[in-house]
Amino acid sequence: MPGVFVTCIRTDKFRTGILSLHLLTALDRQTAAQNAALPGVLRRGTVSAPDMAALAARLDGMYGAHIEPSVRKLGEIQAVGFTADFVDVPGRDLLGPMAELVGELLLAPNTRGGLLLPGYVEGEKRKLIDLIRARMNDRAEYAQARLIERMCPGETYAVDALGDEATAEAIGYVALTRHYKALLAASPIEIFYCGSADPARVCAVMTDALVPLPRGEIDFGIGTDIRLNTVDETPRTFTEQMDVSQGKLVIGYRVGRAMEDPDMAVLRVTDALFGGGWPCKLSANVREKLSLCYYAYSELDLMKGIMTVASGIDPADYEKTLAEIGRQLQAVKDGDITDGEMTVARAAVSSRMLSLTDDPAALEKFWLEQNLLGLDYGPEELAALAEDVSREDVVRAAADIQCDAVYFLYGGEEEDAED
Amino acid sequence: MRRIEHPELGIELWQGTLPNGLSIFVVPKPGWRKCRAAFVTDYGGADRRFALDGETYDTPAGVAHYLEHKMFDMPYGSADDQFSARGASANAYTSEAVTSYHFTCTDKFEENLRTLLEFVSTPYFTPETVEKERGIIGQEIAEDEDDPSWACYLRCLRLLYGDGVLGSSVLGTAASIADITDQTLYACHKAFYAPANMVLCVAGDVDPEAVERIALEVLPGAKVPLPERDWGPDPGLEPAETREERTMDVSAPLFCAGAKLGPAATGADGLRQRLTAELAMRCLWGRSAPAYLDLYEKGLLNDNFRFEASYAAGVGHITLEGESPDPEAALAALLAAAQRDIDPAFFDRQKKALYGGFIRLLDDFWELTESLADGCFHGFDLFDAPAVLESLTCADIAAWAAERLTPERVAMSIIRPKEERS
Repeated sequence: MPGVFVTCIRTDKFRTGILSLHLLTALDRQTAAQNAALPGVLRRGTVSAPDMAALAARLDGMYGAHIEPSVRKLGEIQAVGFTADFVDVPGRDLLGPMAELVGELLLAPNTRGGLLLPGYVEGEKRKLIDLIRARMNDRAEYAQARLIERMCPGETYAVDALGDEATAEAIGYVALTRHYKALLAASPIEIFYCGSADPARVCAVMTDALVPLPRGEIDFGIGTDIRLNTVDETPRTFTEQMDVSQGKLVIGYRVGRAMEDPDMAVLRVTDALFGGGWPCKLSANVREKLSLCYYAYSELDLMKGIMTVASGIDPADYEKTLAEIGRQLQAVKDGDITDGEMTVARAAVSSRMLSLTDDPAALEKFWLEQNLLGLDYGPEELAALAEDVSREDVVRAAADIQCDAVYFLYGGEEEDAED
Repeated sequence: MRRIEHPELGIELWQGTLPNGLSIFVVPKPGWRKCRAAFVTDYGGADRRFALDGETYDTPAGVAHYLEHKMFDMPYGSADDQFSARGASANAYTSEAVTSYHFTCTDKFEENLRTLLEFVSTPYFTPETVEKERGIIGQEIAEDEDDPSWACYLRCLRLLYGDGVLGSSVLGTAASIADITDQTLYACHKAFYAPANMVLCVAGDVDPEAVERIALEVLPGAKVPLPERDWGPDPGLEPAETREERTMDVSAPLFCAGAKLGPAATGADGLRQRLTAELAMRCLWGRSAPAYLDLYEKGLLNDNFRFEASYAAGVGHITLEGESPDPEAALAALLAAAQRDIDPAFFDRQKKALYGGFIRLLDDFWELTESLADGCFHGFDLFDAPAVLESLTCADIAAWAAERLTPERVAMSIIRPKEERS
């Protein structure tokens, strides 16, 4: 089928099989909420299992299999669809019926007069709005999301995976049906399977399940715009207040020139060494040595070339923590890195990659990202590459990392400020 | 070490007890890259008062967790560094019932196991290092207090247990941890970290005999007397209070409802008690349950809704947590389900689904090792679960629900958005 890509991992190791299907589309402020609402609406009922009770009965009958709506933001691509997991042991072959149900959820929803049911659309729309509003309930995640919104105002990367409240409010069943059909026709599709069946059989059952899939002009042009330099010469600072006793400090960096021809193993080791591993520069200094926080870690978005550092601190320690995090990044750039730190960072990445091979759900996420990055090597190769990363590689990768924005969420009485 | 085969589950379990009293469980997983070992002590946040060697101790809330933080300190530095140099990741957690130290690794399993057993059995605290940790734990407490769903959960426990040992956070409070010293930590370590009070659970492509050998080499050989715990007066079945509300910066009202289950059973009855509660809750409130689906469609619950049963300090309780524009209406409907009949075909599907969940637990190293530890401390064999599950009837579930879930036995804490203030 044009624009339908399948990744299969055949193994008898697990008792759980995984099957996922994602439609890929450009992240866009106008359509993000519609796309995000869609899997939930489709998951409400199909032609043969018209409501959630009927779907639940079918899944319970398959030893408690799950099919969950999935909405992800991968760089500036939005991936929406379903992830299914089910018992995969000899004598209980559930791949066929699961593939059929995934296909049915995607292509044969419960409709009236060709339109998605208004009740289902309205219900899922309210749920989506609740979810968007509920971002604030998790203070750390909220701070992270707010940093990205403020840091990247001119980039689609600022758009949340779920879209925003205003566009979610505008969702109606007629327009959503139209959008759904257009999305089905134009989106590249990624299918992932991990389990005991061989790839030929997976392709066969998925081909059967997707017979009614309409294919129009496929939008192969989707991708992520990588900005190498910072927006202003000096980092922008954003602050916001909430009734929190612990302040949430989040710092956003542009990875810079290392993204021109990114070496994923080097970037992962660099991140592990600075703040993504344990221990790392940030945990050893900001947490253990200076006791400034309970947590401080970095995360790297390899698709967008943005690194973030998040930390929970006493608001009185804001300046001190910010300075110390900056000092630790400078140490990495200066090559002030011990052999021990290099060993730990390499081992952290390598071990994380090898552990992935034991976790079907993690493999699913890993391969979807690899496919979007256009990379064809697996976790074991990446683990081996990480073992070869040198101090010089890390210094080179870190050389152009620049702080672009600082966001601080704290408790107190002042008004929101910005400078 | 004894080898017990479970051909119907495609798994084997190695089990043994050392002369020092330590229980060991190993589930070999040929072909897997990852290994997980959990070294768990039957000592948690609820174990505050105890007697040992004729002396009684009354320790402040938060000691078990404080001790967990400081255990990683060794005379040579932090045990963390040993694990991370080998690419392993080690961590620990403290619940009301247990403290678990664990690592996962893809290389050098035996060295990592040695490090785990060494650091957990080596108390090394100084007044300075204990003092320094107070800031870090203080930040952890502050973070928890800012987390609305956690705050809601803690308030529900407070409603259920009042001033009892289960009525407050495992972390303690800034005030309760203020007086903890290195001497407090030494005393608690001596009382509760004796091998006879602990279990070692391992899953991975490992040699079970080697696990036993290393444990024999590293851990103290003598079996020492264990402390007598005092969890205070029987908390009974009624909640201390039934309702509490407060406001926070949240997007929609959050609720946590809870009910006590009474004494936690041990042995085969313990497993039966756990599975009965799990199956009953799934039938009443699971993703397929009529009550949940109806509330979901009415917009009174969303998929944040979750429930669990916990067992600590000799008793059990359940909690139901979620988000709802009208928590009282949602709770009333959830409790009404407990007094209605359960459709037998639906019941059979829930059993089948729970069985599927058990099969998959065997691949989840975290759940597997922690569940083995739980079984060990409560005297049941986890692998009896399929047979016990099979024996449960619709009538068992109905009786469980009707008896425990009457409105006067259920407490609920609610956190409302600030502007709502009701």
